[in-house]
Amino acid sequence: MPYEPVIGMEVHVELNTASKMFCGCSAEAFGTPPNTHVCPVCLGMPGTLPVINEQAVRYTVMTGLALNCTVQEHNVFARKNYFYPDLPKGYQISQYELPLCQDGYLTIDVGDGHPTEAGQARRVRIRRVHLEEDTGKLTHVDGYSLIDFNRAGVPLMEIVSEADIRSAEEAYAYVTRLRQIVRYLGVSSGDMEKGAMRCEVNLSLRPVGSDEFGTKVEVKNLNSFRSVRNAIAYEIERQTRLLEAGKPVTQVTMGWDEAAGVTREQRSKEEAHDYRYFPEPDLPPLNLEPAWIEAVKGSLPELPDAKRDRFMANYGLSRYDADVLVEDRAVADYFERAVRVAGDTINPKLVANWVTGELFRRMNETATAITSVKIKPEDLVALIRMVKGGTINQPAAKETFGVMWETGRPPQEIVEERGLKQISDAGELAGVVAQVIADNPDPVAQFKAGKETIIRFLIGQVMKATRGKANPQLAEQLLREQLQSNE
Amino acid sequence: MTDLHQLTIHEAQDMLRRGDISSVELTQSVLDRALAVDNDVRAYICLLPEEALAQAEAADRRRAAGDDTPLLGIPLAIKDVICIQGVTTTCGSRILENFVPPFDATIVARLRAAGAVFLGKTNTDEFAMGSSTEYSAFFTTGNPWDLERVPGGSSGGSAAAVVAGEALGAFGTDTGGSVRQPAAMCGVVGLKPTYGRVSRYGLVAHGSSLDQIGPLTRDVEDAAILLGSIAGHDRMDSTSLNVAVPDYVREMKTGDGLKGMRVGVPKEYFTEGIEPGVETAVRAALDLMADLGAELIEVSLPHTEYAIPIYYLIATAEASSNLARYDGVRYGLRVDAPDMWQTYYDTRQAGFGPEVKRRIMLGTYGLSAGYYDAYYLKAQQARTLLRRDFERVWEQVDVMACPTSPTTAFKIGQKVDDPLQMYLSDVFTVSLNLVGMCGISIPCGFSDGMPVGLQLMGPALGESIILRAAHAYEQATEWHKRRPNLTERMF
Repeated sequence: MPYEPVIGMEVHVELNTASKMFCGCSAEAFGTPPNTHVCPVCLGMPGTLPVINEQAVRYTVMTGLALNCTVQEHNVFARKNYFYPDLPKGYQISQYELPLCQDGYLTIDVGDGHPTEAGQARRVRIRRVHLEEDTGKLTHVDGYSLIDFNRAGVPLMEIVSEADIRSAEEAYAYVTRLRQIVRYLGVSSGDMEKGAMRCEVNLSLRPVGSDEFGTKVEVKNLNSFRSVRNAIAYEIERQTRLLEAGKPVTQVTMGWDEAAGVTREQRSKEEAHDYRYFPEPDLPPLNLEPAWIEAVKGSLPELPDAKRDRFMANYGLSRYDADVLVEDRAVADYFERAVRVAGDTINPKLVANWVTGELFRRMNETATAITSVKIKPEDLVALIRMVKGGTINQPAAKETFGVMWETGRPPQEIVEERGLKQISDAGELAGVVAQVIADNPDPVAQFKAGKETIIRFLIGQVMKATRGKANPQLAEQLLREQLQSNE
Repeated sequence: MTDLHQLTIHEAQDMLRRGDISSVELTQSVLDRALAVDNDVRAYICLLPEEALAQAEAADRRRAAGDDTPLLGIPLAIKDVICIQGVTTTCGSRILENFVPPFDATIVARLRAAGAVFLGKTNTDEFAMGSSTEYSAFFTTGNPWDLERVPGGSSGGSAAAVVAGEALGAFGTDTGGSVRQPAAMCGVVGLKPTYGRVSRYGLVAHGSSLDQIGPLTRDVEDAAILLGSIAGHDRMDSTSLNVAVPDYVREMKTGDGLKGMRVGVPKEYFTEGIEPGVETAVRAALDLMADLGAELIEVSLPHTEYAIPIYYLIATAEASSNLARYDGVRYGLRVDAPDMWQTYYDTRQAGFGPEVKRRIMLGTYGLSAGYYDAYYLKAQQARTLLRRDFERVWEQVDVMACPTSPTTAFKIGQKVDDPLQMYLSDVFTVSLNLVGMCGISIPCGFSDGMPVGLQLMGPALGESIILRAAHAYEQATEWHKRRPNLTERMF
């Protein structure tokens, strides 16, 4: 019997606010010396009280709006009670019955597992987006456990989907799309390997065509996009094997072992927590003014889909180019700045070619982020303009680009200094052409005998003689003229 | 001249301002008294003579330099559930026996700025859970009127210290009556402010939606002075009210006292459980208020019978969560065990006393899956009904008057093994915490030699009006001037 996976996802996103969720400590936790960003509040000292971080609320509302959610005006924080050494207060301040955002959706594209490949668009419904605080971090060494509370109290946004995901590829598309959106909004780095984004998967199988749910298994410890895909694929296979052997799937929490490539049981249902949620009495209900919500809505940046569509419509880009350019908001911004500088003088498609071609090649080779690229958009445009205007030829342009990449200097300076300007003066080039014809009797003869393609060799000789500076079109034109005239 | 340690705060302020006395003299007198009587009374968990004298010297220097902040040089006691930076804050519990907070509670910071001198930390039932100080992990405080009786609680140490001459005034905390009930039992004034009037930052939480810090003093004017010095919005406490703080002393003295004031007498507060001596004293106080021009109006708070059950569902639920942080991981007691969970069990087993454990279990149960709706949620709904009772009454009257507690101070050991009897000691006080409104207990007589308290209840932010009523009554009586006879003996 063929089975269909039914998958829901819970994604935790650390918000990159300046301070923690309920106190004034720096929210920067990754890579900081242990227990340096702590205070009585985030250490859960007796007598301390939480104060809501407005920026974290704003970021969560922004995310909710970007995910097409309804933002709730009346919000209540709740205590989730459980004991663990990384949880200083013995409860986590979270949201339960009244989350900030509800009932949204995210459109994902699935094809080849790459979200930007134009494939089938699917909607994954978002049940809720709520705000809570992160826990500390435990490190186990030699029979001891060390606790770092820098992360305790960092604002954590939880995005819960409905069980609308049907494959590992869709799950992958879903999380990469979420990362793209939080990055676009500037609310999180979205870096999974740094723990800024963490995924949990709820997965069950059911016979294809059934609309009942099978027994749900929760999979945790997914620390990369790859592990999301692999763990789901593994779990689908494991459950299929069980079902096909006539064995039941038991409700458990599994952990993904990346090294071994398997999921392992962490906790059974019998050990499930009773979190004893109740409204946090230390925080009055958080009531958001409709005008405030509208203002946040108005401040949202253009999101990837809208930007892609605009790039296609305004700049005549292909869907592929537009997708590639908008994948990272900073790249899209770079491209648009260049287009704006270029004005009507250069076709945006040409700018896009340079960005997705030469610039991306260098960035990939050197693992450089767009924000660290030394070439200013206006200098890139100047370079394109020099090529288009015939000031330099393609090889000179590549050489110039290389220097620009290394130094960030403007192209005019580099071309001048290196004497890369192409020879576009017929008078200047006529002598070189005559010399090349004189020096290459055999190819000349072949050309005259009708071997048209040999002209490329002769152009090459002109280029060589001018150390690459000759305008190739002009060289070809002069060659043809002189070869015809001395026939 | 009266002994300096028996002065009221406003008397001491006048003398300090006139230069009749120095803060060092005043503080020394109070410390001497404390050293002479506290072996019997046992009001203090920790006395800070050196620190207090250093603060008194600093206050005298500030005054010499022209400073005249409201509490400059006034020696006060702080209940040991309120954090003072660098001073052990035990909450009357083994689990925090060695906990030294690295920060001041907001009220402590405000008192410091106002120039107060901190004498020490007073005894309390463990985590303020109790009505007698018998649930303190360390010892029971004696009632200065009869050392074989309890001082009330949980702020029993503060109440006893004030009436015994061991502090000019003190701060307690009131979750279900823990300021007013010991004030009544010790014959002092105790005020519970409106929820949110005073910052809770640095007050170790018991029931977060109920807790308020309030003053215990020798007269009503002192209560007004201390309330004014700690009230006001605090951005560290999101539940604190952002409402301007009036000049309570001035407002207390403005107007015609009780003349024309409508005083509600809630019939549900004069029930069969009241000791005859208490009822007699309170009825006499009502008669006197009428004589002073008040209009007595019988009113009804029909949901009163549910107040104790509501309170013990909500307070314990919040407490069960608030006390989860005492796990031995970061501070306080840790009992090492072979594994992590055993360390948790052993630490909490050794660190908490029986009443705290009882309440953690009650609260955990009331919040558990399958019971939440029937207990915690139902209690919150009933709490709303209780609040509506009060809101309806405020349409008819300005204040309400009733006994603070149904009995005078009981014998040590009498109720300690009967938690339900102990809980009923707060039957007249818990409602105000549940509805978030204000109340004050003032001395109104004696029954068999033990003080009786009159409770005046007011609406939200009605502190000025209850102070005015209390002050007018006090002006016409001498009860608040009586002091117990204590033998001074140095050890």
